[in-house]
Amino acid sequence: MSGKAKLHYFNGRGRMETIRWLLAAAGVEFEECFLETKDDLKKLRKEGSLLFQQLPMVEIDGMKMVQTRAILNYIAMKYNLYGKDLKERALIDMYVEGIIDLNELLMVYVFQPADKKEQHFANMVDKATNRYFPVYEKVLKDHGQDFLVGNQFSRADVQLLETLLMAEECKPDILAKFPLLQSFKARISNIPTIKKFLQPGSQRKPPTDEKDVPKVMNIFY
Amino acid sequence: MAGKPKLHYTKGRGRMESIRWLLAAAGVEFEEEFIEKKEDLEKLWSDGSLLFQQVPMVEIDGMKMVQTRAILSYIAGKYNLYGKDLKERAWIDMYVEGTTDLMGMIMHLALHSGDTKEKHLALIIERATNRYFPVYEKALKDHGHDYLVGNKLSWADIHLLEAILMAEECKPGILSAFPLLQAFKGRISNVPTIKKFLQPGSQRKPPPDDKYIANVRKIFNF
Repeated sequence: MSGKAKLHYFNGRGRMETIRWLLAAAGVEFEECFLETKDDLKKLRKEGSLLFQQLPMVEIDGMKMVQTRAILNYIAMKYNLYGKDLKERALIDMYVEGIIDLNELLMVYVFQPADKKEQHFANMVDKATNRYFPVYEKVLKDHGQDFLVGNQFSRADVQLLETLLMAEECKPDILAKFPLLQSFKARISNIPTIKKFLQPGSQRKPPTDEKDVPKVMNIFY
Repeated sequence: MAGKPKLHYTKGRGRMESIRWLLAAAGVEFEEEFIEKKEDLEKLWSDGSLLFQQVPMVEIDGMKMVQTRAILSYIAGKYNLYGKDLKERAWIDMYVEGTTDLMGMIMHLALHSGDTKEKHLALIIERATNRYFPVYEKALKDHGHDYLVGNKLSWADIHLLEAILMAEECKPGILSAFPLLQAFKGRISNVPTIKKFLQPGSQRKPPPDDKYIANVRKIFNF
């Protein structure tokens, strides 16, 4: 038995990607078990491995953890990526929840029906550039530090980087008006564990392609 | 200045209700400022009080906190309702995320009408009975304790009670197959701070009615 964390999901980003990012940023090696068919999901459910019959599921420290936020909270705490006290945690949580909301919009784009795609895209870009990015740009501007919270690397930085990159995949110049986010992006990308994760051959997953959508839908629905 | 937390939201349950429950259960007095019309929301926007232009917002300990989960985690952490260590927190988080999903479904029910409402209600009942309640019933059965995690009252218990009562509003008797949850409900409802919150005249809000929903749609433009 390897003792490494083991991730159960389909071979794509979805709700597991942020977990991969956080583990990788923390320098934690992990294994992955990919679901390919609905039967794979049925098997996990039948085994009683999924508390609420859902994925993601991560085997870690003797637990079969489910619920994305629960898993992220655990990893962040365990590897000291969650601030030094209750107040820093509060800030990190607020920032992270905003990032998760934006990330969700970006994530579900590829699954939208054709007639809804254009509107969804416009909404995504509007929210990114008018609601979310200005907040993080201002945070960095106000304290002038390298990291979002407490002058120390935290999950907020990891999750923001992940989302900035996803947003750029949707619209390459989306950071045009945010110089501090641009330098943040470069700076955090250069952290050794993250730099490694960003290189080809890592466990980072590519964006879900339109042609993969039916396969994913079939596993889960 | 009162020093009490101050809640900014509409005068109804929505996403603020779980926060009211947790503060009440922790015995923390709080004030409320209700958004009754669009101008109230616009004022919060122009004041720069809402980090992501959204409510709930809770003024607490010098912060203007937003994002429901961030607020709940802070309150739970501050008032010792978040377990004693990392592993207990993990279980509390897992359980709370489950009840959040269930209550989220019930919250959205009010936005549906006609056929889709019926279908959605059927889905809620199915999920409550087959996916969520069995988990909590089993948790209580396996350890035989009064509380879900660590033999001590936590956020998970308060959140589950809230979810149970909301589910019963959807379908009285929804707990019929879950004897331990019925006992749990009786027990947690009797915790003095919670008992007080469940009495008429408390800051607990009633289920949404059509008038409330219409006003919410107007204020938030959806």
